Amino acid sequence: MAIEVRIPTILRSYTGGAKVVEGTGDTLSDLLADLDSRHGGLRGRLVTETGTLHRFVNVYVNDEDVRFLGALDAKLSDGDSVTILPAVAGGAFGFAAAAAISQHSAAVAAISQHAVAAVARDDRRGAVAAR
Amino acid sequence: MLSIDRSIIDAIVAHARRDHPDEACGVVAGPVGSDTPTRHIPMDNAARSMTFYEFDSMEHLRVWREMDDRDEEPVVIYHSHTATEAYPSRTDVSFAGEPGAHYLLVSTREPDSEEIRSFRIVDGVVAEEPVQVVEAGVDPHAVQSYMFGQSPATVDYECSGR
Repeated sequence: MAIEVRIPTILRSYTGGAKVVEGTGDTLSDLLADLDSRHGGLRGRLVTETGTLHRFVNVYVNDEDVRFLGALDAKLSDGDSVTILPAVAGGAFGFAAAAAISQHSAAVAAISQHAVAAVARDDRRGAVAAR
Repeated sequence: MLSIDRSIIDAIVAHARRDHPDEACGVVAGPVGSDTPTRHIPMDNAARSMTFYEFDSMEHLRVWREMDDRDEEPVVIYHSHTATEAYPSRTDVSFAGEPGAHYLLVSTREPDSEEIRSFRIVDGVVAEEPVQVVEAGVDPHAVQSYMFGQSPATVDYECSGR
């Protein structure tokens, strides 16, 4: 009765260096709570304070991205394999545009494009995470 | 220091130029623990943006599994900036989740000149490192002697001191 979880390098400090750990749970949320009971702090790196899956990680159940399976509500079964990978993303945006936005909050409203606003949010979150 | 073959750098720059003005991104895999980039894997920029890049999550899983199966790891993770310098943005630093990788940045803002810089990004701290581009067919460890006028076997890009 176990679900195999593959841990990326950057989070292995929470698992004593282990690349693969096992856990249980009917949903991804339950599984992360179970893992956190043995690997304290791991859940906090994957789930935001508002209780959603962090933008900086990708989580897969077998071959599917959990964002398409209900995210933290994704259903799990015995024998499933969960893979965690740090998202690989970035870009020049933070450099010029974030500075402009910080000077002109009205610019945020002017930028209607969803993706741009999403990056701005991530940028602020990252600044907090980096401290 | 990042030591990388000229042919791989050329392929990365060509990828960045091809996708310009959108940002391009990819990986160079190498044997685990070798710190030697050997297999260039251009990735799709799922964001298709001039100011943002993101690996497609399914391609990401496939490529990372493939590396795992081949006992490889991501030695280099690269992307381009298309209008600004080749230096990690705050967004780049926020996302940097592979502490063992060399983060290579290419700027395509100048159509005729190559701007390549490499960084380690660990716990939100950026450290630039020199890039040594090794010409094909030359053993970088061999002792080379040159007469005046011959071309060098390697090109070193020093840190700019930022």
